[in-house]
Amino acid sequence: MQTTILYIGRDPEITIVMNRLLNARPEWKGICVCTDEEALSILKAQDVDLVLLGNGINPECEKALREDINKFKPGTKIIQHYGGGSGLLYGEIMTALG
Amino acid sequence: MSQFILHKENTRGHANHGWLNAHHSFSFANYYNPERMHFGVLRVLNDDLIDGGMGFGTHPHDNMEIITIPLAGAIAHKDSMGNSATITAGEIQVMSAGTGVSHSEYNALADEQLNLLQIWLFPNKKNVTPRYDQQTLDVEAMHNNFQQILSPSADDAGVWIQQDAWFSLGKFDTGFETEYKIKKAGNGVYAFVINGEVTINGQTLSKRDGLGIWDNDGISFKANTADAEVLLMDIPMEF
Repeated sequence: MQTTILYIGRDPEITIVMNRLLNARPEWKGICVCTDEEALSILKAQDVDLVLLGNGINPECEKALREDINKFKPGTKIIQHYGGGSGLLYGEIMTALG
Repeated sequence: MSQFILHKENTRGHANHGWLNAHHSFSFANYYNPERMHFGVLRVLNDDLIDGGMGFGTHPHDNMEIITIPLAGAIAHKDSMGNSATITAGEIQVMSAGTGVSHSEYNALADEQLNLLQIWLFPNKKNVTPRYDQQTLDVEAMHNNFQQILSPSADDAGVWIQQDAWFSLGKFDTGFETEYKIKKAGNGVYAFVINGEVTINGQTLSKRDGLGIWDNDGISFKANTADAEVLLMDIPMEF
């Protein structure tokens, strides 16, 4: 069974890399977007196990995103992704999913 | 009451990719150990051996303070901020990745192995403007002295980063003893032995051992061998 992970970050280049990294593992299904509108549209349409907040999301947008995610999909885990690549990704996801 | 955690050299994560032989003091890439996720804001301490001419192609980073210290050999670095540089042993490089930066890093020499320490700290502020710097270290000042090589301030000795952290590096003669005072209340110290054998707060440490100490004002240090070389990382424990 795949774990669905939604990545939201503002940098298109990093978003492409994150999409490749997340979908390289058969146990993960990664969906990577740059805008909050795209993220909310996905959250409304399907179940997501984990949301990764990437780079460039200002505090106001992060607060609104967290509120909206909790509103549409209460209990969805949300964590900050640091590093923008493969170095910390596996550890972050394993820690978040327990 | 002072607390500590000891990371012996042979308990580090290990990944041998042929051209890259890496040891990870903390969880990194495919090495995942829930007991080794970070020490305060210190998230990554990689000890990499890279074959001649080999390295990491262009890849991105964000929201991380990345410090690279070559121990032997030279790194060829290029990044999306327009920097193109060679960093050799005796120098230090820092990148504040902030909103995002791409870079490549290769062994600049075709016929010599490169050994580097790469250290990642969580920043104290997210989404800062990316920044690059490198400096030559004052090797003479490191003799029997913990010489500061990194701080939070551009006006202080060494490179600066987006975190309340201070790094010091020293090379010591046998029997040399000193004390180190923590720079900021609430910080801890992670000592990494680059070479030789030392005793810190009563713990005997060998090459590539790490010792994290917190809830303490400082550390007592003694060099047990003539080639003792130690990196001290004075870093916030809360973030």
